[in-house]
Amino acid sequence: MKNKLKPINRLLVLICGLGLIAVLFTPIWRIDLDAPQYPEGLSLNIHANGLRGSVDIVNGLNHYIGMQTLHNENFIEFTVLPYLIGFFAALFIIVAIINRRKFLNFAFLLFVLFGIVAMIDFWKWEYNYGHNLSPDAPIKVPGMAYQPPLIGFKQLLNFGAYSIPDIGGWIFIGVGVILMLCVFTEFKKAKQKL
Amino acid sequence: MKKINFSLVALSAAVLFAMNSCKPKNAGNAVSAGAAEKAYVAPGHYDEFYNFVSGGFSGQVSVYGLPSGRLLRVIPVFSNDPQSGYGYSEETKPMLNTSHGSIPWDDQHHLALSQTNGEIDGRWIFANANNTPRVARIDLKTFNTTEIIELPNSAGNHSSPFITENTEYVVAGTRFSVPPDNVNGDVPINSYKQNFQGTISFIKVDKEHGGMDIAFQLNCPPVDFDLSHAGKGKSHGWFFFSCYNTEQANTLLEVNASQRDKDFIMAVNWKKAEEYLKAGKGKKIATKYVHNVYDEATQTAKSETKNEVTVLDVKELKDICYFIPCPKSPHGCDVDPTGEYIVGSGKLAALIPVFSFDKIQAAIAKKDYAGDYNGIPVIKYESALYGEVQKPGLGPLHTEFDGKGNAITSFFVSSEIVKWNIKDLKVIDRQPTFYSVGHLCIPGGDTKKPNAKYVIAYNKITKDRYLPTGPELNQSAQLYDISGDKMQLILDFPTTGEPHYAQAVSADLIKNNSVKFFKIDENKNPYVTKGEAASKVVREGNKVHVYMTAIRSHFVPDNIEGIKVGDEVYFHVTNLEQDWDIPHGFGIKGAPNAELLIMPGETRTLKWTPEKTGIIPIYCTDFCSALHQEMQGYVRVSPAGSNVPLLFSTGKNMPKTDSSQKK
Repeated sequence: MKNKLKPINRLLVLICGLGLIAVLFTPIWRIDLDAPQYPEGLSLNIHANGLRGSVDIVNGLNHYIGMQTLHNENFIEFTVLPYLIGFFAALFIIVAIINRRKFLNFAFLLFVLFGIVAMIDFWKWEYNYGHNLSPDAPIKVPGMAYQPPLIGFKQLLNFGAYSIPDIGGWIFIGVGVILMLCVFTEFKKAKQKL
Repeated sequence: MKKINFSLVALSAAVLFAMNSCKPKNAGNAVSAGAAEKAYVAPGHYDEFYNFVSGGFSGQVSVYGLPSGRLLRVIPVFSNDPQSGYGYSEETKPMLNTSHGSIPWDDQHHLALSQTNGEIDGRWIFANANNTPRVARIDLKTFNTTEIIELPNSAGNHSSPFITENTEYVVAGTRFSVPPDNVNGDVPINSYKQNFQGTISFIKVDKEHGGMDIAFQLNCPPVDFDLSHAGKGKSHGWFFFSCYNTEQANTLLEVNASQRDKDFIMAVNWKKAEEYLKAGKGKKIATKYVHNVYDEATQTAKSETKNEVTVLDVKELKDICYFIPCPKSPHGCDVDPTGEYIVGSGKLAALIPVFSFDKIQAAIAKKDYAGDYNGIPVIKYESALYGEVQKPGLGPLHTEFDGKGNAITSFFVSSEIVKWNIKDLKVIDRQPTFYSVGHLCIPGGDTKKPNAKYVIAYNKITKDRYLPTGPELNQSAQLYDISGDKMQLILDFPTTGEPHYAQAVSADLIKNNSVKFFKIDENKNPYVTKGEAASKVVREGNKVHVYMTAIRSHFVPDNIEGIKVGDEVYFHVTNLEQDWDIPHGFGIKGAPNAELLIMPGETRTLKWTPEKTGIIPIYCTDFCSALHQEMQGYVRVSPAGSNVPLLFSTGKNMPKTDSSQKK
């Protein structure tokens, strides 16, 4: 009995699982681009299964500075990500059903790990995207790289790039925070019982 | 004595000086405070109204923003346009086709925005061609001319393209009566009365797609039909045409067509005409006219020749047409928003007659006629008249309505616009125009629902209004705020071509439907190249088809060899861009036609027949990107019969490496 979750936490974990299902259908991250010629702005929207938004326009513009063009099929992430998110959604629903503290802790650790790995992967891709430039690029600015910011704002030549989580990303962060609270309150409860 | 003399001189000088200062002040200074603020549209902000303005002898339609007077675009309609390739590209050449062959010019006078329930619906605008009679339809999603229909049996299509309140019909009335097309026109000119005919055409408009087709023509007595407007509301089903030269003169009309005290407004019961048409009373007569349609899917115009038209004889079919006497060479023929009042503006009259639709109906019912004119009943003037505006000004031309019970009429001779009340026929205000106003326009001013914030005067004489540009000047327009009782001049702006009638509409009805670019997936042009990989050059005998793509900042292919003198080379250039406002241009050195200007997602074809051997540069003419100046290529032209193979590439045709330079 003592390993069981508080009913409220059990419900929250279930909600987290369902929330992650929603992530599959919403954009996770967005990079908004602004330039003098684009007062209406451009936006790259990262979904679990691929890039959407002004991808073609961005691809068209980036060839001047020798950046690679973006194609969904070049990202293993967009194949794996839906399964991973689905896995975590299922995992939390199962945790809510099994209703054991140990499982919750395990699932939470795994989720945090996934989050860290995902952000590292994102940063690595951004680094690559911004640094790996074609030697034939028509425009070369010495010392200039075009790595978009991981989060926040950065000026890249005439474009201002603003990178922030989108709906899915915020759900993801919310799930992390709620799970952390659950783990913490369960830990306190367990400690009191000792 | 000397002293007296001196004071006499001084006195007379003072008197002369005083008289000089009595001279009326130049009306050009008559701008009151706050005008600039009212016409000011801050940089980056949109105007409140689109103002579509006829181009007159330019043959085109220009679009201005109001209240700023900024020129937004010139739409090519009846004249070819080398800057866009309209009339030069293979896709658009058929638009200018007529039964007389391709005509690169016309005289564009009047415009009508499409209406639903008597209100502007923002879908299309119709434009007339005065010289070679035609009516064009411009799609307001793309601002492209998408259809032009020619009018047989006509000459000088002036009273056009006025429309009915649900855009059922667009009309076209002939200014020059001429012998009809199916008889021998080789007749003495002075046999006008016997051999000439005035034709009114009713063009049916497809409700969904706007497609035009001549439903029927009315063969009317030979006079000069001038202007027209449809009835609305209670008078829906009727059309009113002003006409002059009821003297039926064929020479020195200036004098000979100004003899009669009254000419006519012709009332046409088109619902009745429809009934006769249905009853099979129309006669099909042989003629030849051309109908050009631009297909938005294939982005290509097609020209079709038609060989007959249905004519209703208004002398036999008695109850279609009625003449109403109207003082002295009426010009404008305008119907108020309620549909009850018809205002005729006699160019040479010293008053403005206002006719009542109800009284006209009553007169017809009672057969209250003063006789007939060439077999058409003439209603008694007094029986049709509601009243006259006395001493309104000199040379009334056109009237628009504010929807608050007032009319504003333009006066060419006294160079002013005059606001008067329709009910009591009293003048409320008058303001000078600079100079000699022709047409005037209130947004929706000829519809059931005017949006009467402004009136714009389109003038015929410019003179000193702007910095001089030699003898040839643009025309001048003035914008007046009419939200109050007094009309206030707030802006003066030059206009291109020679504006006649204009239409204005709230920007909200148009701007949100405006297409930003064409989707490449929906491009069904038979010569489209969807992607650089699909580009190719194909020879078919002496015809060479170049399937070329343009994207920032290169053409594929940009090196072409194997073209021979005497080949017919067709450059089918597809702009692959899918972004707003990234057109590419395409120019060929020595090509004797024009350039192409290709919108994103569009395909355009330029035909070129090289006449001498050599290297011919091609390049993008629209500054598309930072590397626009690099967007260029070469075509190698070899002599006729040469065996230089057909080669094409981009980025591959590199210089041969010189082995002697190797270390």
